[in-house]
Amino acid sequence: MPMKITKFAFASLTILFLVAPLIAILPLAFTSSVILTYPIPSWSLRWFEELFFADAWRRAIVNSLIIGTGTTLLATVLGTAAALGLRNRLIFFRGTIRTLFLLPMVVPAVVLGVGMQVLLAGFGLTNSYAGVIIAHTVVAVPFVVVSVTGALAGIDERVELAAQSLGASPTTVFRRVTLPLAMPGVASGAVLAFATSLDEVVLTLFVAGPNQRTLARQMFSSIRENISPAIAAAAFLFIAATIIIALVVVLSRSMLAKRR
Amino acid sequence: MPEFIRFDRITKFYGPLCVVENLDLGIVKGEFVSLLGPSGSGKTTLLMMLAGFEQPTSGNILLEGTAINAVPTHKRDMGVVFQSYALFPHMSVGENVAFPLQMRGVGKAEIEKRVARALDMVQLSALAERRPSQLSGGQQQRVALSRALVFEPRVVLMDEPLGALDKQLREQMQLDIRDLHRRLGLTIVFVTHDQSEALTMSDRVAVFNKGKIEQIGTPRQVYDEPATRFVAEFIGETNLVEGVVEAVEGAEANVRLTSGAQIVSAVSGTVAPGQTVYLSIRPERVDLTEIRGDARNCLETEVTDSVYQGDHLRVQLQNAAYPLIAKLGRRSREFPPGTKVYAAFSAGDCRVIAP
Repeated sequence: MPMKITKFAFASLTILFLVAPLIAILPLAFTSSVILTYPIPSWSLRWFEELFFADAWRRAIVNSLIIGTGTTLLATVLGTAAALGLRNRLIFFRGTIRTLFLLPMVVPAVVLGVGMQVLLAGFGLTNSYAGVIIAHTVVAVPFVVVSVTGALAGIDERVELAAQSLGASPTTVFRRVTLPLAMPGVASGAVLAFATSLDEVVLTLFVAGPNQRTLARQMFSSIRENISPAIAAAAFLFIAATIIIALVVVLSRSMLAKRR
Repeated sequence: MPEFIRFDRITKFYGPLCVVENLDLGIVKGEFVSLLGPSGSGKTTLLMMLAGFEQPTSGNILLEGTAINAVPTHKRDMGVVFQSYALFPHMSVGENVAFPLQMRGVGKAEIEKRVARALDMVQLSALAERRPSQLSGGQQQRVALSRALVFEPRVVLMDEPLGALDKQLREQMQLDIRDLHRRLGLTIVFVTHDQSEALTMSDRVAVFNKGKIEQIGTPRQVYDEPATRFVAEFIGETNLVEGVVEAVEGAEANVRLTSGAQIVSAVSGTVAPGQTVYLSIRPERVDLTEIRGDARNCLETEVTDSVYQGDHLRVQLQNAAYPLIAKLGRRSREFPPGTKVYAAFSAGDCRVIAP
């Protein structure tokens, strides 16, 4: 019995440790005070108003959506293509290539950021949306590759062979069989790519100009300039978005599981 | 009858490994041919090459006299049934069966009619709206079967289609497929490692071993007249006894066993006097008598064990030099261990096999 209690207490403390920062920041989103501290004098939505109507914040939200959408599209297409290509057993150094695709997950963002800035400057893409989207795509692609590879691994190769024998050309097999079966993986990859872009600060600092300030970047700089509760409101938006995203991922995974 | 499919000197290597070696095989239209052999004998590889999933390293595959090596799978017009069913999990049963018709640009109304007929043929009309995952293994395989037949393919290829089903269902499906074959006049190439399945269903059986066909013939031929030791042992159970040919007269040979006994046996290949050979004697062809009868072959033996197996009595015998097994009908009397008996069989019930 004591063992059970210890386990329970340990688990509770671990969870508390993980969510404590969220618990600390969220109520502040609804404060009426102008400074980011407890205690909260009274409740208000003024900081959400600020977020949506103050020029800097509104632009940051729009930028995040533009860059996030661009990154999602690009990373999903590239990552899916990579996962499909890596299925081919005849590719030399398949394992090595797969590792290369996953490298951005482990390489320090600062290192990638410096490299990105040098590279994009060479193409004249610094301080442009395209530049930021490319930079975000580099770190988002691994998530898509992992997610789609997982979905593809679950497809019985014979199902595709059967489709061929029934008269489907390779492109038709892809369109009617492979892609629909991999779709839950593609969808959750896309969602993860969007989340990655939304959250990304370090690369953005290196490659984005003042016109591409994303929400995360705006939070980062405003916390140094003036600690206004608008940051807490932005954090609230982030968490809400993340929960929605997580729900989408979980739902698409369970859809995948149900099909088997 | 003209040949419909011809494998012309087919060889297939996987890297340094030769899985099919210089193989020739002809199949006639409307025929049910089984490719029978242990795993790794090349039978499935041959089927995969016929379907177009694999390319032969050398040799040609001819369909109605034309080489189809360069024809991609989706243009070969062959229905394939896999052991794993390979149904489309994201489509309903009806959509699965409609798929090959959609690929051929058949009109909507016509598709509906033909899908209904194809599902009716396998008694699954009531389940058209279900997903494959909601069906039992046997039902899934019937969907796969109707999907492979609905577009009236030129050939139906089956890769151990019944391997995942339990025994009773498997035997029912064997009879169902045989019935469909006869009713629709299908040409079927059927891969299996189950010899009784091959004997039950086929017009002809090709016995595979190490990438080669050891023997091809009707079920009766491969069982009663095995051409090689491998065939004799792989199909059914047999007693193999070593001996030396003394004389050959027409289709019969006199063989002296190591024990000294003389046996008269039918010969299928060519053997010469002085040659060391094996005799294959099917256990169910051996009769046990207490007095020396007038059978042409009669070996003095002693019963070492006798096991009642429900439909037959299995008796183990020891002759001077080798053990023998006899399977006796259920009306046979018991033979307790230690009984001295004669094992009797005619010349036609045993067969000389060159080693």
